[in-house]
Amino acid sequence: MCKLLPILGMLVAAALSGCGFGADGGPGELTIYSGREQDLVGPLLDRYAKEEGVDIKVRYGTTPEIAATLNEEGDRSPADVFFSQDAGALGSLQAEGRLERLPAAILDRVDSRFRSRQGDWVGISGRARVVAYNRERVKESDLPRSVLGLTAPRWKGKVGWAPTNASFESFVTALRKTQGEGGAERWLRAMKANDTQVYENNVAIRDAVAKGEIEVGLINHYYVAEARAQEGPDYPVDIYEPPGGDPGALVNVAGAAVIAGAEHREAARDFISFLLSRKAQRYFAERTKEYPLAAGVRPEPGLVPLSSIRQPDVDLADLADLQGTVDLLERTGVL
Amino acid sequence: MGEALPRARRSRPPRALLAVGLAIGAATALPVAYLAITVGDSLDQAVDTLWRERTLRLVLRSVGLAGAVTVLAVALALPLAWLTARTDLPGRRAWTVLTLLPLVIPSYIGAYLIVSALGPRGLVQDLLAGPFGVERLPSIYGFPGALLTLVLFTYPLALITIRAAMSRLDPQLEEAARGMGRSGWQTYRSVVLPQLVPAIGASGLLVALYVLHDFGAVSILRFDSFTRVIYTAYGTGSRTSAAALASLLVLVMLAVLWLEGRARGRLAYHRSAPGTARPPATVALGPWRWPALAFCSAVVLLALALPVGVLVYWSLQSVAGSPDWAAIGAGAGNSLIAAGMAAAVAALCALPVALLSVRFPGMASGLAERASYAGYALPGVVVALALVFFGTRVVPVLYQSLAMLVFAWVVLFLPQAIGSTRASLLQVSPRVEEAARAMGRSPLDVLRTVTTPLAASGVMAGAALVFLTAVKELPAALILAPIGFETLSTEIWGATSVGFFERGAVPSLVLLLVSAPPLYLLTARGR
Repeated sequence: MCKLLPILGMLVAAALSGCGFGADGGPGELTIYSGREQDLVGPLLDRYAKEEGVDIKVRYGTTPEIAATLNEEGDRSPADVFFSQDAGALGSLQAEGRLERLPAAILDRVDSRFRSRQGDWVGISGRARVVAYNRERVKESDLPRSVLGLTAPRWKGKVGWAPTNASFESFVTALRKTQGEGGAERWLRAMKANDTQVYENNVAIRDAVAKGEIEVGLINHYYVAEARAQEGPDYPVDIYEPPGGDPGALVNVAGAAVIAGAEHREAARDFISFLLSRKAQRYFAERTKEYPLAAGVRPEPGLVPLSSIRQPDVDLADLADLQGTVDLLERTGVL
Repeated sequence: MGEALPRARRSRPPRALLAVGLAIGAATALPVAYLAITVGDSLDQAVDTLWRERTLRLVLRSVGLAGAVTVLAVALALPLAWLTARTDLPGRRAWTVLTLLPLVIPSYIGAYLIVSALGPRGLVQDLLAGPFGVERLPSIYGFPGALLTLVLFTYPLALITIRAAMSRLDPQLEEAARGMGRSGWQTYRSVVLPQLVPAIGASGLLVALYVLHDFGAVSILRFDSFTRVIYTAYGTGSRTSAAALASLLVLVMLAVLWLEGRARGRLAYHRSAPGTARPPATVALGPWRWPALAFCSAVVLLALALPVGVLVYWSLQSVAGSPDWAAIGAGAGNSLIAAGMAAAVAALCALPVALLSVRFPGMASGLAERASYAGYALPGVVVALALVFFGTRVVPVLYQSLAMLVFAWVVLFLPQAIGSTRASLLQVSPRVEEAARAMGRSPLDVLRTVTTPLAASGVMAGAALVFLTAVKELPAALILAPIGFETLSTEIWGATSVGFFERGAVPSLVLLLVSAPPLYLLTARGR
């Protein structure tokens, strides 16, 4: 044991010398907490660092974990910017007063549907919920106007959903907000009674629709866009966006915010500006097939333009109420 | 042996030792303090969270899973321990290492592999689809999948402790029993099994608490246990609900500790007669070696060969896409440094706590030992967030430093070091220490020159065990590591979270390689 002591001493010294990592920085620095994967946004962030000469430090994690970390750090957070995978986490941080108001010059570049009502965060890219259908088996005109119509006998056993998927849960939250708890519960029970098929995730649903195992699936738009880009025009799955503010056409966003009391506030705003710049927006459109949210940047060809999707009457920040949704899914036996 | 005698004298512990032990207990109980503060902030909401039927079901589900996994893991570990420690099983050394190896497979990887093999449309279904036209296997998700995964990857925790205890058994006792005309089975029941009770209790405790805090398996297999619900609560910004549920988990843990304490009893397990223990005799298996070999092969096939096979297969595919070797190398270095530091610190901290509990049992030392279990039962995310809370407020210079991560791992895994240190201290007779004292050595001198060397194997095993679990730990590494400090586990997570599991395969295999030397240390001392 005593032989171990010098080694231990060295290790402790090493640990202490590592402390410099979290130290405060001067100008030209920026600390980003990213709930989006390094694989996805890393190249874009590196490009920003190189072009702007900013020394960026990025902490990657899951969006819920990072939101919880920011909550515990409180006003002592070393983070300047939070880049979140969904609006719900931004909403919960806004409610805790952890975010700083963004200048109008940034906010105004994005449609008011896709940013915080009080101006605390802004959407960067959008993900639309869609009804994906196999056009060889179903005509678009046969589809019900609303996802609420999928409880009809015609669709028994022909629809797929993924109850454990976070995007599906956001959709159910929107359903609760627009139809009320009772309405949401009735629909979920009717869907379950209609033998709606359960899948692990969106990709599994999409592939099942393509194979004709089911006719219709409730998924996000970019899964279809990706497959279409790979498989070519013969790919049998098409997208239907239910009109009229249907919860089945919810557009959720990945967004960014400046942390309250950020040490590098200017750099943080500059970075968010960059995320809304044409080249960054094109990056998201091409790389992930998400909707660019900055005005004037077009989505990938073949997608329904955002302006023709009517967002249900939901404040995206309210999507933070996931607990109520999980409770409801459990109560109805969907989960 | 086995006498219910009050150990040596019931003496008061030296003040310094007690102070150190209590300080360590207090440090590891920090997460509990954080929970108390958070719950106290909005007590109404916390009570509201707990006072639901759903919460009761949650407790029953989690305890049910932990109980079932513990029973099965111990049931699997007992025969494996006996076969590899006490019999002439062909290739005994190899089996010892092979049956322990699943320990290094992180549960999130294990669960993922189980799903890809046994999922409704996994590899097995694929194989059955051709000849038998099986379209879908019954769902592996929920309780059955979580049970299978956790038993397969936690039984080595029980095996380590039980095997060590078996190979240390004093053969004279068994020979005495046989000499008095007892049959082999009677000897086993009346002499061997009672001696194994502390090891079974301690290992059952490690397994049960591991299951309670595990996140990887239950999240991938979608079993709504405490950890998964706590994660969801944090994700929705309701930190009070999360903290309330985590506090309830601490209560469950206390109940488990109490149960284990009752099983532990107040027995002495060292030799009371003069002379030294010699290695126990080896049992000749005869024709029974064939079923024994089949049993070991089945376990190793399921828990090791299958997962590693899939990893190797994926690695080969990924090597074609030229993985980022520099990043993987850096990750391996970082993992080694951080987990190595955690192991060393945990071993040092375990010694005083174990010493207190073995030599000076009482209220205060019991408190120090029990407190150290708090971090182990809590999900990694709760411990990490507790340290975020205190780190930013109390020691901002250390926040997001390597020291913080090492501290978090010590808090999370200290009981593993305490358990094995304690077990080996139990077998050191206090008379030896008394003799040294009588020769004029100071208590500290005795600790340094007599007790520690005698218990060294247990201390080293504890350190190795902490290393093995820390190196694969994920949530604390993600939340507390210095920015840009990538470990193997964060690299695996980074690759798998975007669905490129193949890219996570190479770092996963490197993780297994890095774990090999400490695992060797664990098995080598059994010889």
